[in-house]
Amino acid sequence: MAKSTQMVDIYIMGKHYRAPEGLTILTALEYCGYRLIRGCGCRAAFCGACATVYNLKNDPRLRYALACQKTVEQGMYLTQIPFFPASKPDYDLEKMEPTGEQILKIYPELITCFGCNNCTKTCPQDLTVMEFMSDALRGDIPGVVDKSFDCVMCGLCAARCPQGIVPYNIALLCRRLYGRYLAPASKHLEDRIAEIEAGKFDAEIEEMEKMGIEELRRLFDERKILPK
Amino acid sequence: MSYPAYMEESIRKVEATRERRLEEELPRIPVGERMPVLEGFHPDFIASGMRELLIGPNKGERTPNELATLLEGNSCINPDKIDLNKIDYDVDVLVIGAGGAGASAALLAYESGVNVLLVTKLRLGDANTVGFQGGTQAADRPEDSPARHYLDTVGGARFTNDPKLVEALVKDAPDAIRWLERLGVNWDKKPDGSMAEVALAGESVPRCHCARDYTGVEVMRVLRDEVRCRNIDYVEFAPAIELIMDDKGQVAGAILVNLETNELILVRAKAVIMATGGIGRLHIQGYPTTNHYGATADGLVLAYRVGCPLVDIDTMQYHPTCAAYPQQVLGLLVTEKVRGLGAQVVNINGEQFANPLEPRDVLAACIIQECKERGKGVTTPTGEVGVWLDSPMIDIVRGAGTVAQNLPAMVRQFGRFNIDIAREPMLIYPGLHYQNGGIKFSPDGSTPIPGLFAAGECEGGVHGKNRLGGNSTLDIFVFGRRAGGTAAKYAKKAKPGTLTLDHVRRWQADLKKLGLDKLRPISPMLLPNYARQPYDYLSEYTKQMLAAGQIKIC
Repeated sequence: MAKSTQMVDIYIMGKHYRAPEGLTILTALEYCGYRLIRGCGCRAAFCGACATVYNLKNDPRLRYALACQKTVEQGMYLTQIPFFPASKPDYDLEKMEPTGEQILKIYPELITCFGCNNCTKTCPQDLTVMEFMSDALRGDIPGVVDKSFDCVMCGLCAARCPQGIVPYNIALLCRRLYGRYLAPASKHLEDRIAEIEAGKFDAEIEEMEKMGIEELRRLFDERKILPK
Repeated sequence: MSYPAYMEESIRKVEATRERRLEEELPRIPVGERMPVLEGFHPDFIASGMRELLIGPNKGERTPNELATLLEGNSCINPDKIDLNKIDYDVDVLVIGAGGAGASAALLAYESGVNVLLVTKLRLGDANTVGFQGGTQAADRPEDSPARHYLDTVGGARFTNDPKLVEALVKDAPDAIRWLERLGVNWDKKPDGSMAEVALAGESVPRCHCARDYTGVEVMRVLRDEVRCRNIDYVEFAPAIELIMDDKGQVAGAILVNLETNELILVRAKAVIMATGGIGRLHIQGYPTTNHYGATADGLVLAYRVGCPLVDIDTMQYHPTCAAYPQQVLGLLVTEKVRGLGAQVVNINGEQFANPLEPRDVLAACIIQECKERGKGVTTPTGEVGVWLDSPMIDIVRGAGTVAQNLPAMVRQFGRFNIDIAREPMLIYPGLHYQNGGIKFSPDGSTPIPGLFAAGECEGGVHGKNRLGGNSTLDIFVFGRRAGGTAAKYAKKAKPGTLTLDHVRRWQADLKKLGLDKLRPISPMLLPNYARQPYDYLSEYTKQMLAAGQIKIC
C-alpha cells in the first residue's frame, strides 16, 4: 500500500482509541489491545456471536451490525452484547403439530406483538423479522421458513422487542416443524436407506477395499462423470 | 462497484472471455498425474513448513511446525496442586466440543440412557460446523450409490484413506441425512420431495445436500435446540486443558478451565468423546483461515499427551477459494457450491487454467502456481494476490436469480462491501481450511486408548491426505453418532479405577529429559492471540504465559 494508513477515532465502551480505517469492528477491538473471549465466533457472519450495537458521535440513534462484518467509521461508539437472556421453552418435536396453535402454545407472547418493527430494523442480516412474526401468528409456517432462513440467531431482535418476544427462537421452531412435518418426503432417500440395510452395496464396496492402488486408480479414472 | 479501477480492467477481460468459456471445459488431471503440481505448489510439500516430532506416539513423523510446537508443548497444570477427590461433575459420558460432532455424540449418548455432559470452549454450537455452506454428501439418488461415493472419496485422497472408515462414512450417509431431517433440518428440495443436490469438486455425480448456503447454520441451530430441549447438561466457556486418566490406563475425565475466571472444573467420566474440531487458527505457513476462532487443535494435544497416536498429520487442507478481497473478509470461505453451480476459475486475463471441479488439493496448487510461478494473479491494494471466481456465469448457465436463491450468504457478505457477485466475479486465493488427519480411531468411534473416543475434524483416517467437499460435514454426523452410541455402551460396562495425573508428570519429565520444557510453549493454545499488545516490559516467561492465555494482565 503506497499511502500511509488513515486512522479513525472510535470509542470502546466510551473510551477513546484510534484504529486504522478498513478494519472491521472485531479486528479494530483487537488492534486496540482487546483479546476477545465473548462476542467472537466464526468471524465470518454465520455464528451470530458478535452482535454489536453502536452509534456515532453527534448521532444518538442506535445502529446494529455483526462486528466481524462492519467496517469501523470515524466517531463510532461501540458496545457489544455478547449475551442476552431470551425465552427458550423445552419441547418434544415428535409430539407436536405443524400449526399456528402449536406455535402460540409454546410462545404465547407472540400474540402481544403490536408491530413496532424494531426487530426488522435491528436485524444485521436485513431479514423482514416483523413480517415473519406475522406469518407465525397466522400459522403460515412456510412463510416463516422462507423469510427467516438466513437467520444467524444473534439475538438482536429479541434484545429490542418491547414485548419480550424472541423472534429467532420462534422462527427456529417454525423451521423445525416444517422440516419434520411439512417438507415433502424424499422417496429416493428412504429407498436408498432400505437398500443399504439390505446389504445391496456391501459386495461392491468390499471388493474395492481389497483392490490394489493401481486397480482402484484405473477404476477411478475411468468412472463416468454424471450428468455429462 | 467497489473494485478499484485497475481490478475492474481485469474484470473486463474476464467478461470478454466469458462467452467463449461457456463452451470450454478443461480436462481434469488424472489421479496418477497430480503429483507434479502438488509437489511444486501445495503448501504440504514445502519442506521447511514441516518438521519431525521429537516426542510422543508420533515421534519421528512429520507435521507442520506450528502443530509440532503445540504437540510438544508443556502442560499448564501442576498435578501436585490438583485434588482429584474434589470432582465438580461426575458423569457417564463427557463430550468435549459442542459443534456438529459433539452435539450429535451427546444426543446419541443421551438416547442410550446414560448421563451426559457436553462442554465447550466458547458457546454451544460455536464451531466450524456453522460455517459450512456447500453441503453434506450422501449417495441417495437412484443414479448414485454408496460404492460410487466410496470411489470418489478414496480417489480424491489419492487412496490414502482407511477403507473401513470410508465404508462407514458412505453407508451411514443417507441415514444421517434422514436423522437430521427428522430433527427438523430443512434440506433444499424439489417440489416432488427429491433432494436438490449439487456436485462439489471431485464428485462424479451431484450428491451434496444443502440448505441454501446456510447449511451449517441450519444444522447447528437445530442440533443446539435439540440439546437444549432434551435438557442435556452443557458448560460453555470451559475448554479442556488436560485429560484425567485412572490407574488402569483408562481415560477417566478431564480438567476444564473457566476461560473468564481461570477456575478449574474437574469432570470424572467413564468415557470421554473428543470432538474439538480443527486447527485453522494455527495459521500454518501464515495462511489466512476459514476456521472458527476456537479452532486451535486442542483435542490433538490432549489425546497425544495420553499416548494416543495421530494419523495423516502431515497434510492440511487449503480450500482453493477463500476471499482475497476485500481485505475485511480476507480468508472468508467462498463455498465450493459456487463452482458446483457453474462458476469457473480464471486468471488476470480471463483465461481458465484448471478444471474448477478438481479436488481441493489440486485446484489450490493450480491457483498458487498461476499466481506465484506464472504471475497471472491480480494483486489487491493491500498486497494480497488472487484469481477470479467467475460467479456471474451461474445465472447465465442456470437462469437469472440462481445466485440469489442458492447463495444468499455469499451475496450478503460481498454485498456488504458493494460487490454484486451475480454481476462481478470474486477474487479468491487458497486458505487454511481443514485438518485432514487427526486422532487415530476406529469405525465405532473408539481410539487405541480405553475410555477415549473421537468424532469429527479432530479424528483422522476418514479423509486420508485430501478430503472431498461435503465429506467433513458428513463425518461429523456419522462419527458423532457412532462415537456417542459406542461411548454410552462402553460407559455402562466400564470399571473405573483411581484417578491420576501421572501421565502429565511423565510427559513433563520426558520433555525435561530432552530439554524441550524450556523451549516449548504451554498447550493447548485455547485461543489465538490477535490482540496488539505492546508488552515489551514483560519478562519472557510472563509473555509466554500471556500468549497461552494462562494469565491476564490487569
